[in-house]
Amino acid sequence: MSTETARPALTTPAPAGRRARGRDVAGPLDFHRRLWLRIVIAATFLFLYAPIVTLMAFSFNDSRRNIVWQGFTTDYYVRAWNNASLFEAFMNSMTIAVLSTIVSTIIGTLVALALWRFRFPGKAIYEGFMALPIVVPEICMGVAMMAFFARVDWPSGGGWPFNLSAVTIAHISFSFPFVAIVVRARLAGFNRELEEASKDLGASEWQTFRNVIVPFLKPGLVAGALLAFTLSLDDFVITFFTTGPEAVTFPVKVYSMVRFSVTPEVNAASTVLIVITVIATIFAVRLQAPDRQGAQ
Amino acid sequence: MDAGVVSGFSGMESWSRNRLVFWVLNLPGTVWLTAFFLVPLGIIWVLSFGEKTSIVDIAITWTLDNYARALQPIYLEIVWKSVWISAVATLVCLVVAYPVSFLISFAPGRWKALLLLAVILPFWINMLIRTYALIAVFRRRGFVNFGLEWLWEKANAGLVLLGLGQYHLIGQDFEPLPLLYNNFAVIAGLVYVYMPFMVLPLYATVERLDKSYLEASLDLGASQTRTFFSVTVPMTMPGVVSGIILVFIPCLGTFLTPDLLGGTNAQMIGNVIERQFKSANDWPFGAALSFLLMYATFGALALRALFAGRQRGMEV
Repeated sequence: MSTETARPALTTPAPAGRRARGRDVAGPLDFHRRLWLRIVIAATFLFLYAPIVTLMAFSFNDSRRNIVWQGFTTDYYVRAWNNASLFEAFMNSMTIAVLSTIVSTIIGTLVALALWRFRFPGKAIYEGFMALPIVVPEICMGVAMMAFFARVDWPSGGGWPFNLSAVTIAHISFSFPFVAIVVRARLAGFNRELEEASKDLGASEWQTFRNVIVPFLKPGLVAGALLAFTLSLDDFVITFFTTGPEAVTFPVKVYSMVRFSVTPEVNAASTVLIVITVIATIFAVRLQAPDRQGAQ
Repeated sequence: MDAGVVSGFSGMESWSRNRLVFWVLNLPGTVWLTAFFLVPLGIIWVLSFGEKTSIVDIAITWTLDNYARALQPIYLEIVWKSVWISAVATLVCLVVAYPVSFLISFAPGRWKALLLLAVILPFWINMLIRTYALIAVFRRRGFVNFGLEWLWEKANAGLVLLGLGQYHLIGQDFEPLPLLYNNFAVIAGLVYVYMPFMVLPLYATVERLDKSYLEASLDLGASQTRTFFSVTVPMTMPGVVSGIILVFIPCLGTFLTPDLLGGTNAQMIGNVIERQFKSANDWPFGAALSFLLMYATFGALALRALFAGRQRGMEV
């Protein structure tokens, strides 16, 4: 019994059964038409989205008490914007995210290309090694980074953006393996004959890379970069252990604010972050969708 | 598909044919991960065999005291609590995510993509912000209690209307439910945060499931329930196992959720590790605890690999 070997050609006998029973009766396999399943999925989405949606909605609520709707206001966005330390933390997060995105996209792509192109001794070990940051528990990686930067006496000051270097380095370490996975998935659809043709026609290694491989990889590169960007923007645990008092990031700042109380400013600031990540995610998901163009 | 894999292998170059390109591609990742990942882990591994000699000094004496200390009853209790809270959260995720992924994979094309995106989307939103959003929903004067109070008032008004008002059948006053700062809140928070990790692998296996097996089972007279337990569940087991691992491991090491949603005694291993490093300043013990957590993680992953291996063995 196996799912791999015994799978016959994709026959779709389902409509036949449905036809026999008439159009409006759900067939035995039309699970999406079962009421109780629809109720379960509706309840799940309510549970997943209600807290986020209420948080976003009430960031516009004209009341500090924050629970009854008092009228629409954008006051808290203005206040969050004018909250110097919150704004600085936000800018820190953005800087770290951009730096980490650039470096992890480059390193991740190189790793993906190496794994795609070459056979080499110890390749399986190398692959496992590259996946390590994905499987190690966040808190373990966080404390390891904290101990590391304390041990090597990493300079924590030095003015912007050097005060952010420790956090940026930590973010690159956990981001680029994800980029490598995304880029490698894209490479799997690459027709190697194109590369060979390019080299046969006299293009150098670099010309082939620049004019054949990079254009093909573009959607994968953008998707990987957006992934690295949101991973960096989202990370709290590892950043929490790596930041010094001089380089507070947005999630870490929100954390310290949340510990005191729930305020509309935090709602407003969170809403901004949510909107940014959601937009980036939707772009990434759209780019990741398989397209047949350029593939075999 | 198979042809692609084969040509992929034959198209793969030996590293020695083009050493320069190989090293250019290979070195940055290797160097980075060694310097900024392996070395840090190595440092806390060594620290875990150290002893605190003063507030700032740690002597590496290769003692096993830190590991022995982790086995004391007080810490074993926390370990046990982390395990059962993670297990309950994983179970809830499984029970909810199974029908959800089932429905998604049977949904018509356009809906399928939309529903899948809707499941993934919260996963991208900052975990801290999602946990924070739950506080606003669960607290004493939060939306859930607010809604319940509204219902209570309506019900009470109804009872008064029926002339039963004086008996206080549903209590004298509305009592808000204690939803926050207890184990319930921690479990709900974990389910909330890690649900997508369960839905995705389950969806992947249900999607690949050959539906003609289900039809065969139903045609041969098995009931939907019987089909589910004798055909669907065994065939989607790899997805179930992946989902369990993907949810259970991060739950076990979580520190944010119990920190924000748990009460004073809602501590999990992650919180203890955090405290050793941040406030108690006992790095060797914290390092030992995080390595125990890491060994547990690798153990779980090895179990999954073993399980996957056996599945493959069955196929032959």
